[in-house]
Amino acid sequence: MDTKKTSLYQLHQDSKAKFVEFAGYQMPIQYSEGIVEEHRFTRNHSGIFDVSHMGQLFIYGQEDLVDDLERIFPLDLKNLKLNHSKYSFLMSDNAGIYDDLIITKIKDGFLIILNAACKENDYKILKELLNDKYKMILDEERSLIAIQGPKSVEILKSVIQGVENLNFMSGNWFTLDDHNIYVTRSGYTGEDGFEVSLTNEFADRFTRRLIDKGAKLIGLGARDTLRLEAGLCLYGHELSKDKTPVEANLKWAISKERILKGNFIGSDIITKQLNHGVNKIRVGIKPEGRIIAREKTKIYNESNLEIGEITSGTFGPSVNGPVAMGYVENKFSKKDTKIFLEVRGKKHPATICGLPFYKKSYVKGVN
Amino acid sequence: MSEVKYSKEHEWIKLEGEIATIGITKHATEMLGDIVFAELPEKGSNVEKDGTAGVVESTKAASDVYTPVSGEVVDLNQSIVDDPSKINQDPENSAWFFKLKIKDKSEMDTLMNKDEYDIFAKESSA
Repeated sequence: MDTKKTSLYQLHQDSKAKFVEFAGYQMPIQYSEGIVEEHRFTRNHSGIFDVSHMGQLFIYGQEDLVDDLERIFPLDLKNLKLNHSKYSFLMSDNAGIYDDLIITKIKDGFLIILNAACKENDYKILKELLNDKYKMILDEERSLIAIQGPKSVEILKSVIQGVENLNFMSGNWFTLDDHNIYVTRSGYTGEDGFEVSLTNEFADRFTRRLIDKGAKLIGLGARDTLRLEAGLCLYGHELSKDKTPVEANLKWAISKERILKGNFIGSDIITKQLNHGVNKIRVGIKPEGRIIAREKTKIYNESNLEIGEITSGTFGPSVNGPVAMGYVENKFSKKDTKIFLEVRGKKHPATICGLPFYKKSYVKGVN
Repeated sequence: MSEVKYSKEHEWIKLEGEIATIGITKHATEMLGDIVFAELPEKGSNVEKDGTAGVVESTKAASDVYTPVSGEVVDLNQSIVDDPSKINQDPENSAWFFKLKIKDKSEMDTLMNKDEYDIFAKESSA
């Protein structure tokens, strides 16, 4: 299969990107300044991320669609206001995670942002679960551009007036040069920022305008260090078909109302795990010193018993040290528990810690 | 007189008398990206030609560092362990990794000179 290119491919090339194949797309892993500088620029200024490889699934329908989606997602969708977003999951009957996603109520339906590697499968699953009752478009005609970091609001509002009035996890339609643009205040870096959905045709011109205003392109490499410092999960690493949202320590994303009533896919297992606990759970891990514990690194307790495995680990430029997340047996998951990480045959001390590693600054009260 | 030679694993080696100073090339640092961790062999240990003699890690991945010649580790550059970003800044000079008392000077003959390495690096990254 040929690898796909996003509508910003030419811009990435012009910006001297190093490319990597990711979920069937040629994506920029970094540009000439490198991951650490790109990471810092996002934290201090404003970074642009091409996330056009992600799925933008539009589902159109009225009340019966809301009912049907509530049987799929553990969310209180009846009370989700127009243009408001929620983080959620597509789960199996066993509450295993097929994908994590952002669902937004739009006029006449919902917009769901899906992971690139999962989007085709998600589409199939959803189409089947919804019995092909609704118009569903996995829109390949639109690009998705994230702009993240403290200066993003100033930069984006100088191009699209009014975005500064959006609150975190809400969005709206805007018009720019006769193009319909859907902007949400969201992102995956732990910074204030926006995600902009617009036509492929307009994406390159629009992004060059953001660059003219002082934002810089940031690759997938820094996206990974940023999300990891922010304690955010990455599908295929922290999340997979054999992990549940409760095990992933994401129970905050499950509506309490919906847990009481049940009746969504995976609700039996979720309820059971919430009432009786889980065997393994996702935690933050801070290695001592500078040692970096990568994915699949084995975790031991003080009695040299294997208690879990790292799912993501790297060097956090803003933390200025190594950071990791992983799953450990629940009884060893308490904050400040001493653990050991086996790296290149040697056991290195580390501590279970709270998340995030780096404090977020989301905008909650504009209006 | 000192001579600098290069290995296919992108190490440079500078021989002065029987003491060899070893580091990684600028080309290697460009391929690795930002280096955030460095591990060196133990002082006093013996390393064998083409064996592992350290690790560097970028934000992306870990890579072994190999020694292009055999010998006894007689000195380490602790400053690159304390601040690995120095390796990106000055890889072929102040950010050397370790020094060896070499065993067999003829091992140097198997390595590339500057011109040969430049061609090799260009081809291997194409």
